[in-house]
Amino acid sequence: MDDVFSIVSFYFRKMNDKLIIAGKEFSSRLFLGTGKFSSNSVMEQAITASGTEMVTLAMKRVSLGNAEDDMLAHVAKPHIQLLPNTSGVRNAEEAVFAAKMAREAFGTNWLKLEIHPDPRYLLPDPVETLKATEILVKEGFVVLPYCQADPVLCKRLAEAGAATVMPLAAPIGSNRGLVTLDFLKAIIEESSVPVVVDAGIGAPSHAAQAMEIGASAVLVNTAISVAADPVAMAEAFKEATAAGRKAYLAGLGAQSSDFSAVASSPLTSFLN
Amino acid sequence: MFSDVIRNISWEDTTKRIFEKTDADVRRALSKTRCDVEDFMAMISPAAEPYLEQMARLSQKYTRERFGKTINMFIPIYITNSCTNSCVYCGFHVENKYKRTILTEEQIIREYEAIKKIGPFENLLIVTGENPVKAGVDYIAKALDLAKPYFNNLQIEVMPLKSEDYALLRTHGLNGVICFQETYNEANYKKYHPRGQKSIYEWRVNGFDRMGMAGVNKIGMGVLIGLEDWRTDVTMMAHHLRYLEKTYWRTQYSVNFPRMRPSENGGFQPYVIMSDKELAQLTFAMRIFDHDVDISYSTREPAFIRNNMANLGVTTMSAQSKTDPGGYACFPQNLEQFHVSDERTAEEIEKALREIGLEPVWKNWDVAFDKPNMAI
Amino acid sequence: MRFKVNDEPVELPEGSSIDDLAKANNLPEKGVAIAVNNEMVPLSQWKGKVIAEGDDIIIIRAVCGG
Repeated sequence: MDDVFSIVSFYFRKMNDKLIIAGKEFSSRLFLGTGKFSSNSVMEQAITASGTEMVTLAMKRVSLGNAEDDMLAHVAKPHIQLLPNTSGVRNAEEAVFAAKMAREAFGTNWLKLEIHPDPRYLLPDPVETLKATEILVKEGFVVLPYCQADPVLCKRLAEAGAATVMPLAAPIGSNRGLVTLDFLKAIIEESSVPVVVDAGIGAPSHAAQAMEIGASAVLVNTAISVAADPVAMAEAFKEATAAGRKAYLAGLGAQSSDFSAVASSPLTSFLN
Repeated sequence: MFSDVIRNISWEDTTKRIFEKTDADVRRALSKTRCDVEDFMAMISPAAEPYLEQMARLSQKYTRERFGKTINMFIPIYITNSCTNSCVYCGFHVENKYKRTILTEEQIIREYEAIKKIGPFENLLIVTGENPVKAGVDYIAKALDLAKPYFNNLQIEVMPLKSEDYALLRTHGLNGVICFQETYNEANYKKYHPRGQKSIYEWRVNGFDRMGMAGVNKIGMGVLIGLEDWRTDVTMMAHHLRYLEKTYWRTQYSVNFPRMRPSENGGFQPYVIMSDKELAQLTFAMRIFDHDVDISYSTREPAFIRNNMANLGVTTMSAQSKTDPGGYACFPQNLEQFHVSDERTAEEIEKALREIGLEPVWKNWDVAFDKPNMAI
Repeated sequence: MRFKVNDEPVELPEGSSIDDLAKANNLPEKGVAIAVNNEMVPLSQWKGKVIAEGDDIIIIRAVCGG
């Protein structure tokens, strides 16, 4: 119920600002995707530099007979929650199957549900995502669905039992920032579960902006993994995310100067 | 349930922080398109008083965006003043020794017919005292059944009910429920409501959850201004509103903050007086805080306030109300719950609204789809 | 006995189990999951699950991904 009643624990949160998802506490509000790094070793260093406590992972079919590096060894740390995703599935049925495989392979019931049948923009299918969320919650999964920045869809997902909603800022990998800003604001205002802004965050300033408008966390991958220096970029995102959060809690000043005193009061003179 | 939420919000701390709000807090709130409860507190604080005109402008802008230049018209009908409560400020107080009336079916129909002669009312608010034994759910259901041929949109303002009772009443045509918490100050709540079912704070404050769970289409909330520090009380209502909007998000909401006037009933003196300016400030703040909420003014407010505020944030009004059972036709001199301030006829009110460029809306179109058997 | 693993034909002696398949291919116990005919077979059942002629087996493992 993070962020639901901002005032209730206003002062408390300033001192002890934790993100709580499905009963689990997180100090870091930066989630990291592990795709597209140049090596497992760079990825591991970036994870450390980012301070993240939640990393997303994927699954692929093994090709028998080929020795493959065990990447889990680079990721699995006691303070890190693994968040396997269902990337590659195209409908709810495939997602449920993938979820069961993920639970077995990663030893966790946490799941980033992503169903994007459209190979061009990798945009999520809202109908299949909702359907899969309903099924997976009943099966005992902690479901974090990747979804369109659609406030009503987010409410339906929360009602279905999603642990968070993860609306997109812009298409995956586009690095375009908060293209869906107005809708993200509406989602954040109305959501009864934490809102994690996912996809499209291309620069630390985007992450800071998402946090400033009240997002509970951000998920970043491409912007870090393809940076010239991914480890330094991971640290930059760590600081930006924390700064944005701090600014949100501190209360931003007015951006407009349209509220200076007015000489006449045509609308309210009847009160004098 | 909201009782679990409000328990964690300190009354005293809230009061303190409202009065500590600064000019910068107010400016920040006014510059946002989406305000949280902290911003609401800034806008109702003394620090916001110099910004009344700016707030009026914003309030008018948001109201026109969402509601256009319209005012929703409704009329209340009190079908009984029988009440087992003894709310210290109310005309229906159990120890107030008047003969109590429970209108018969024939009398209710006569009242409905009399109302239809007053004006083209389609939005009816059926009001009772709280006497679950003598005028309970079955009686209310009957009044709804009888109203259906006359009115398009039926709301009730009765004692808090069980969720299944709200669901049952929906099958009798119920579109909305209004219930005033009166005050959110739990510590003093019993002082004002010493007896009857109404003395149980939690049952009342969680009544809104029960309405939400029953799928009631529209829920009206209210704080009675005159009991506790009004700023703190309406802040609690703002928390409640946000909670309900998040939890029962398919429902529409309305808010009321009627001002008690000195000596309106049996000499009860309100502890708190809210000035006209403060009422306006609160109304603007509520609109800036929540662009979509229906803000309702009853005939407790005088005509000049209602007429001016109609253009600045208020979206629903009653007209030519009688607050005594049978007052429209059967028993014109019965015991009133409160005395109305705006005594204009519906026709006069309509004319006045049209003169300031507003269209009175008598019939609410969207209830056509409020069908319990179509509920999700 | 012939069956498919990730759409590739594979042959093992009659009566082989999932555990035999895993051992023959040096699969680790952690970080992988196996399904037979779209039913996930948990690690604890690998030994008891005998592969049948024509089975469609999927083996996945953890990889990096966003």
